[in-house]
Amino acid sequence: MKQNSQTLYLVLENGRVFRGEPFGAEGEVMCEMVFATGMTGYMETLTDKSYAGHGVIQTFPIIGNYGVIPADMEGDKPYVSAYIVRECCDTPSNFRSSGTLDSWLKSYGVVGIKGIDTRSLTRLIRERGVMNGMITKNPEACDLEALRAYSVPKDVVPSVSVKTVEYHPGNEGGPRVVLLDCGYKKSILDCFLERGCSVYIVPALTSAKDITALSPDCILVTNGPGDPVNNPTIIETVRELWDTGIPIFGICLGHQIIALAHGFKTTKMKYGHRGENQPVRRHTDGRVFITAQNHGYTVVPESIDPKKGKLLYSNVNDGSCEGIEYTENGSFTVQFHPEAGAGPRDTRFIFDEFISRMKNRRAGDV
Amino acid sequence: MPRDESIRRVLMIGSGPIVIGQAAEFDYSGTQACRALREDGIEIILLNSNPATIMTDTAIADKVYIEPLTLETVERIIEVEKPDGILSGLGGQTALTLCMKLVRAGFLEKHGVRLLGASPETIDKAEDRELFKETMESIGQPCAKSTVVYTVDEALDFAREIGYPVIVRPAYTLGGTGGGIATDEASLRAIAESGIGQSPIGQILIERCVAGWKEIEFEVMRDCVGNVITICSMENVDPVGIHTGDSIVVAPALTLSDKEYQMLRTAALDIISALGVTGGCNVQFALNPDSFEYVVIEVNPRVSRSSALASKATGYPIAKVSTKLALGYTLDEIKNSVTGTTYAAFEPALDYVAVKMPKWPFDKFPGSSRTLGTQMKATGEVMTLADNFEAALIKAIRGAEIGADTLLLPRFREWGESDLWDITENATDERIFAIAELLRRGVAIDDIYKVSKIDKWFLAKIKNLVEYEISVTGVEITPDVYLRGKKLGYADSSLQRMSGSPLPPHIAPVYRMVDTCAGEFAAETPYFYAAYSTPEEGGEDESSEFIKKDAKTILVIGSGPIRIGQGIEFDYSSVHCVWALKRQGYDVVIVNNNPETVSTDFDTADRLYFEPPRLDDVMDIVRHEKPIGVVVAFGGQTAIRLVKGLHAAGVPILGTSADAIDIAEDRERFDKLLEKFNISRPKGCTVKTLDEALLAANMLGYPVLLRPSYVIGGQGMTIARSDVDTRSYMSAILAGGIENPVLIDKYMPGAELEVDVISDSEDILIPGIMEHIERAGIHSGDSIAVYPPYNLSERMEKKICEVSKKLAVALGTKGLVNIQYLVYSDELYVIEVNPRASRTIPYISKVTGVPMVDIAARVMVGERLRDIGYGTGLWRAPYCYAVKVPVFSFEKLTDADSILGPEMKSTGEVLGIGRTKTEALYKGLVASGLDVCSPADRREIGVLISVEDYDHKDAIALAEKFCDIGVRLYGTPDTAAAIRSHGIDIQTARDVWENNDIYDLVESKTINYIVYTGGVMDISVGDYRKLRHRAMQLGIPCMTSLDTASALADIIASHYNQYNTKLFDISTLSSTK
Repeated sequence: MKQNSQTLYLVLENGRVFRGEPFGAEGEVMCEMVFATGMTGYMETLTDKSYAGHGVIQTFPIIGNYGVIPADMEGDKPYVSAYIVRECCDTPSNFRSSGTLDSWLKSYGVVGIKGIDTRSLTRLIRERGVMNGMITKNPEACDLEALRAYSVPKDVVPSVSVKTVEYHPGNEGGPRVVLLDCGYKKSILDCFLERGCSVYIVPALTSAKDITALSPDCILVTNGPGDPVNNPTIIETVRELWDTGIPIFGICLGHQIIALAHGFKTTKMKYGHRGENQPVRRHTDGRVFITAQNHGYTVVPESIDPKKGKLLYSNVNDGSCEGIEYTENGSFTVQFHPEAGAGPRDTRFIFDEFISRMKNRRAGDV
Repeated sequence: MPRDESIRRVLMIGSGPIVIGQAAEFDYSGTQACRALREDGIEIILLNSNPATIMTDTAIADKVYIEPLTLETVERIIEVEKPDGILSGLGGQTALTLCMKLVRAGFLEKHGVRLLGASPETIDKAEDRELFKETMESIGQPCAKSTVVYTVDEALDFAREIGYPVIVRPAYTLGGTGGGIATDEASLRAIAESGIGQSPIGQILIERCVAGWKEIEFEVMRDCVGNVITICSMENVDPVGIHTGDSIVVAPALTLSDKEYQMLRTAALDIISALGVTGGCNVQFALNPDSFEYVVIEVNPRVSRSSALASKATGYPIAKVSTKLALGYTLDEIKNSVTGTTYAAFEPALDYVAVKMPKWPFDKFPGSSRTLGTQMKATGEVMTLADNFEAALIKAIRGAEIGADTLLLPRFREWGESDLWDITENATDERIFAIAELLRRGVAIDDIYKVSKIDKWFLAKIKNLVEYEISVTGVEITPDVYLRGKKLGYADSSLQRMSGSPLPPHIAPVYRMVDTCAGEFAAETPYFYAAYSTPEEGGEDESSEFIKKDAKTILVIGSGPIRIGQGIEFDYSSVHCVWALKRQGYDVVIVNNNPETVSTDFDTADRLYFEPPRLDDVMDIVRHEKPIGVVVAFGGQTAIRLVKGLHAAGVPILGTSADAIDIAEDRERFDKLLEKFNISRPKGCTVKTLDEALLAANMLGYPVLLRPSYVIGGQGMTIARSDVDTRSYMSAILAGGIENPVLIDKYMPGAELEVDVISDSEDILIPGIMEHIERAGIHSGDSIAVYPPYNLSERMEKKICEVSKKLAVALGTKGLVNIQYLVYSDELYVIEVNPRASRTIPYISKVTGVPMVDIAARVMVGERLRDIGYGTGLWRAPYCYAVKVPVFSFEKLTDADSILGPEMKSTGEVLGIGRTKTEALYKGLVASGLDVCSPADRREIGVLISVEDYDHKDAIALAEKFCDIGVRLYGTPDTAAAIRSHGIDIQTARDVWENNDIYDLVESKTINYIVYTGGVMDISVGDYRKLRHRAMQLGIPCMTSLDTASALADIIASHYNQYNTKLFDISTLSSTK
């Protein structure tokens, strides 16, 4: 809240203008504005590839308190297009902190705006739905037509995916996992490695043949940014892989892509679920879990073909689809983030389920 | 899983009187629990000894027993009422301990009563130090290295093994009573001995000291199928070493990265799962600031002060949900009543920060140590919400009513640096101001961190504030700087004072909603806080849409933090006022900043502003809400203090006028009024110098009562019996810099009477007259009050009614007025008139059945008393006696002087209801925790009497009484001689400074009571203070008034016991014949 002669504006596609101050890098940027309600974990949020193409509004008003902690990054760099906060702390304190958020964002060229009323902005998006926005020094010059026309690029998934296959060895004889990388979070990799798996991370457009050549015990289609229907190649790859009988799991975007591969429908949500407090109910026993989520699209529950799959998890608040159990090959997918990072770790048992399912399959093969 | 239909009648046990460590939060949670039970059609039997609570209203529960919270009483009530279940987790430590006693006695099983919420096994696992450690080990949760011991020697051995410093924690005590940090053998010896003495099972824990680590708390919930959620994290600004009740606390935790946060969150959920709690639970951690190392400090398997704070900080009603969970519901079946659309199975997301600041009673105990430690000393707390930490902190300081509104404590400007460092290291209640002063002098944050271990993040924020304060001091404030000041939480009045120049045009705040979900869902509950956000930034007000057009709005001012002299009674009155006005069709708005109360529950008023009830903040709300009037009569002095400012700003005050309030407070104007009606008051005058004081005292004749003018709750009063006393008092007052004159009154040791009068400025209604057991000279709040009066002639009763009417009408009272009388030599004197609700309102309302606040509120808005249906004049005589007994927290304030006098010292009260005065007194004293011996027990009863010479006459009468019932008497030399000269058998015990006679009597428990009326300025004071403290630790009551002792003698003689008293359900009281 230091006095600052500089001013910067956020212009929404409906013409509403918010005045704030710059932090991070200078520049003009256009993106889809979404709000995230997590009170901790801004490092994880900023570096989550699923946010590519988005401007992230933090509803918690004091950000940057523990500075920059590189070990907590979910991706190799920040992926958000813009960062919108009420207050950014310039005097962070933490034993792992290596500097201020402001200078870190500058070094990566990420534009930030602070001092705007993030609660009003959030309420606006809640009421009107997700909107595009532009951060600019010159709001009068903002072309609202162009702003409305913006969308997260269709090729965003391949653009954030690894370019070559990465291999992370695990325990000898441990399960072999392929992450079909649509923008994976490091925590997903860590959760497998902690459980003794060997992990191949393959580019999003890797062919089914190349994937099966790695003889995986399971394939996980990862989280990632954008509209799931913009990934026809990956959807086709999943269809091909499905015929091999290898269990295929999905998290977030991966869950949506697998649903699309089965002919189910996805739809854009009014303002999505982005936070660390989303309750989901497991239909097998009625248990409720608090989960981390980050998605703007969702699988339409009515579109699930009962012959192919059934609802495994639903959101307690709005009843939306949070997970699907597939009838064939022991596959299941979740909309939420069991790996957490940031957020609650209450559903990390999902990784144990992944592993026990692939082990069952292996045992079945013998 | 739907609720368990076999539960139809539930016994709910409250937490009893307000003491340090157990305050209004349990009335809030208990009341919320009762309403949750009601929703499910469950019949509620309520037991609580505290009459000032809302939960003991007949509107809240079906059967209400205001009876002692003892095992015997609970058993008798269970036998009569035959409940299906009993809620253990909503009445604090008191209720939890009682429930465990019932379980251990096999009583619940025998009577088929189920313990709802936490099971006995769960409670044991959390409360028993050894079992707790075992449980934590079994799930891999680290505890600080510790061991349970029963003797001082074992404690010393273990400390030698793990090294000093160590923490001592007694088992099953409240608020860390009897614990502390020991730095060497000598201090461990003392603390361990006291701790063993205070633990009901003689058990203490010796633990590795992790002082200086971050103290992090989680409020978590679990339902019966095992779903677990976190409601809120909290971080203590003051690190481990200071009791969380004495720490400044923020919610959510602000300095943790997600990795640290999730590590502790997961641990908290693992712990509640392992304990198997059904309902709310509080888990406290110590986190090493330099690593991921942590230890579990403590778990409370019940709602607590922290859960009340978490509820108010997040909007999530923990007590309500806990109750539903105890009935068998699961979290996903309970609606989130804030959004109305989502469910209780979610974790609140905050988009603001909450700061809690404790309120300490040190102003009442001058000379007592202000150092904070593991034993809680605060009586209450305030909470504030803001979108930045700085603003929340400044608002908390402003709202705590500690005489500060910035981080500058002028006194500290004069202090040497080493004294400031001393406070920074050994925290007192004023540490934050000492740190601010050091920062003001340019000391580096790193250096302060090294000494205080307060996280640098907080220190940097404090520095921001200090720099701002420096930047505006003595200079004209520009609009930009003014806006920044408002964003940092400063009041206009503070900014104006710092600047010394007129301020730029006023900026109004926007009011934001507390919605549990950071704006993700639309919310329905009108619970607001102020934030400063300009239209350009996007700021918009969220409360306006809740303000109904054409509605007649009334603003009720709450009473702020709980403190000695202004307790839960005022919240009772505020809440009843809100309810009464709502029933009359008004739109009622409340402003208050106390998170422990029912008044700040989101569904009490039509709109809640969680803001300091101070003039600047209230004026902003007034401008925003445009009420037809403001009610100040129910919020204690906090609200009354606003009258001048509100009046000056042209804001209509409902009820008694600002001018009348001034007459009552201004001695000269008040004296004129009394003269006009020929009403007497004790002779007196005002003085400014020592010479004037001595002259006046001698003219009036000793003893005289000395007090500064313009104070409340008897602050700084004393009774002087000689020039020595006068000199000593005046020099102390003059040293403190005197602004207002000192009042000297003739002290008359007569009978004190008190009335609460409702008046519409034509007629009056007096629901009841109370007579104090103790003679005038002891603050009315510390006196035992008996209703109806037991020693009042018909003539005097009539006179009291006449004078009350004259005064009430002359003052133009519209609503309540409390008048205190003195009868001396058959003459009636007026001592004090308070044109507002007093602390006796809830008690008298309950026992007379006259809804005093409701009637007063209706009178305020224009109804006539004679139309309301309760008549006028003195209300009919009751069929029972009701006795209010004060309760003190001296065991928490170990060096505070427990001698009663004109300054109020009690923190709470209990009520005893009986068919006779003695029965009521018996129950009241038992409820207050006093061990009433009975001759029927056939054990020797011993009393030690030590009184001043001027008390010898009364002491002889008292000794005679005790002697008649076979009590063995012991006396200090002078007292014993005086008593023996009347042929009464008494043993002499040498004075404490001579030898150990008295200590031997105390330690061997040969004596059961001490009666002491030593002077307060005597050289022996220190010695006797220590003695009284030791006696208190051993559970030996010390009475400092001969009247109290005399009443006790009557009770002992009466042969009442806990089985032969009559239990009263007050819902049937007014019809009891």
